[in-house]
Amino acid sequence: MKKRLLSVLLTGALAVSSLTACGTAAVSASGASGTSNAEGTEEKPVIELTNVSYDPTRELYAAYNEVFEAYYEENFGQRVEVTQSHGGSGKQALEVANGLEADVVTLALEGDVQVVSDAGLIDAGFTSEFDLDSSPYTSTIVFLVRSGNPKGIYDWSDLIREDVGVITPNPKTSGGAMWNYLAAWYFFEQQGQSEEEILDSIRKLYGNVVVLDSGARGATTSFVENKQGDVLLAWENEAFLSLKEYPGEYEIVVPSVSILCQPTVAVVDEVAEKHGTTDVATEYLRYLYSNEAQDIEAQNFYRPSNTEIYNNYVFTADSNTITEIPEDGRWINDNITLTDINHFGGWQEARAKHFADGAYFDQIYEQ
Amino acid sequence: MKRKSIIPGFGISFGITISILSIVVLIPLCSLVVFTSKLSFSEFLYTVTRPRVMSGYYVSISTALVASLINAVMGMILAWILVRYDFPGKRFIDGIIELPFALPTAVAGISLTHMTTTNGWVGKFFYDLFGIRIAYTRLGITVALIFIGIPFVVRSVQPVLEKIDIQYEEAAYIMGADSGTTFRKVIFPELLPALISGFTLAFARCIGEYGSVVFIAGNTPYETEIAPLLIMSELQEFDYSAATSIALVMLAIAFVILSVNALLQASVSRRVNGLA
Repeated sequence: MKKRLLSVLLTGALAVSSLTACGTAAVSASGASGTSNAEGTEEKPVIELTNVSYDPTRELYAAYNEVFEAYYEENFGQRVEVTQSHGGSGKQALEVANGLEADVVTLALEGDVQVVSDAGLIDAGFTSEFDLDSSPYTSTIVFLVRSGNPKGIYDWSDLIREDVGVITPNPKTSGGAMWNYLAAWYFFEQQGQSEEEILDSIRKLYGNVVVLDSGARGATTSFVENKQGDVLLAWENEAFLSLKEYPGEYEIVVPSVSILCQPTVAVVDEVAEKHGTTDVATEYLRYLYSNEAQDIEAQNFYRPSNTEIYNNYVFTADSNTITEIPEDGRWINDNITLTDINHFGGWQEARAKHFADGAYFDQIYEQ
Repeated sequence: MKRKSIIPGFGISFGITISILSIVVLIPLCSLVVFTSKLSFSEFLYTVTRPRVMSGYYVSISTALVASLINAVMGMILAWILVRYDFPGKRFIDGIIELPFALPTAVAGISLTHMTTTNGWVGKFFYDLFGIRIAYTRLGITVALIFIGIPFVVRSVQPVLEKIDIQYEEAAYIMGADSGTTFRKVIFPELLPALISGFTLAFARCIGEYGSVVFIAGNTPYETEIAPLLIMSELQEFDYSAATSIALVMLAIAFVILSVNALLQASVSRRVNGLA
């Protein structure tokens, strides 16, 4: 009885495995015929490209992919279909490092791309692979306040006043929020404060934080939907999106100094080689620097890296408050001093000094 | 000579059980241990006993405990109503109980937060009348955990309650017990094992709850920062071994709770069945 059951099971298992083997064989055969077709006639298979990105680039890449697909077909006679994936930048980096097959990554900061590189998937030196540290577009940290700016918040120094409630995500769970922290640090440094005084100011600032959300989208929800706090520290592009979505309810305040947020793009070399998509992937990222793409980035409220196009979007500001999206599309307030990550000795040093366990950010919460 | 079991197929089904268990449960658990073992013992001890982490355990465990106690009482009442009474919409309510299982926890967290902030319609009421803040406090965490845990208690107690024969109650009544005594001496002891298991299941689930709590907690260090959030922040720093160390401690806590539950349940049911 038992033996018969076993033999039945075994036969079943054999049958299933041989079937799957046939299946794979069939698939690879058709794959091969596809390629041979591509060499001979005009019937080329569509190349699929996966772009793993972070949360607020959804609209940007939806627009860019369309343009790129048209561009690539026209110039290379090849149809491309780009699949997007969005999520928290750090989480996305982990997933790619753990085997999510992305041909390119377009993440919120260099540190996250570094993680993928550390996993052996991206060759070293990815920041010099494309122009300007491989960041085709940038952003900065600005303040989003409620309409009429009832608390009179104009600069970083206002954030440490006792009557102000601040919303910003936790830099330990949201990589993008490290920019917020560093921008504040830079402001107090510019005030000529010693490191100890800066730490004290930062402690006051984070003491004013009403909700320390785990991610940028959560922070926006706390501020916009749940009406918590008086000021949201936000990426410029996110702030403009809120302005667009809730006209008349919010104002953007551009502080005197801030930081240049450089989202980093890179080809995931290992995966692209395996998929045979290295050329398309490289072109995909290179084309982000083209005039056409730079325009799309600017229209999605990212600061374009091309100075000529950048200047098309700059307006001369008479105040540092923006109450509505300008009709002529000129939204960039240039009247701001931006530092960048190199000021902090690069990501590795900044992380070790500020965000590692027991480092400055942890210390400001010790009683 | 091997003793034959009356039920056939023990060998095969046991084999399947073991393989499924290893794939689904044991291998992930082993990887926890493997990652953690990259730390020396003193490093491990330091990582899991930092004040910030200790306060994380405390917040997680205390809120889970309070929420589960409330759930035990409320869940029992709910189950009682659902089993003993007939009313319009009963089936509908019975179905709704399971909603917290099905709903993505993030959705639950966001909507609970929205309702319980000082501007939300529930939160406004409590804040204006009593000056109580719900969202972004430990109270808020407890509310979220009550939501997450309630089905565990109801679904554990309900079947037992259904099986209790009404004759016992009638007998107690005939022998002169009032309804309070009947409940205390006849019904409650029968329910207790199920109640304990429901309570522990809910408690174990609540300790590890992340998705809904992060939205309502406010995540202020030392105040409303839960242990699972600390694990997430270690992961964000790509410090796997620190993350798995904290996870391992959480796991140990859960294990202790579940064992205590099993012991309690065994002793209670032995007593109830008159075997003690």
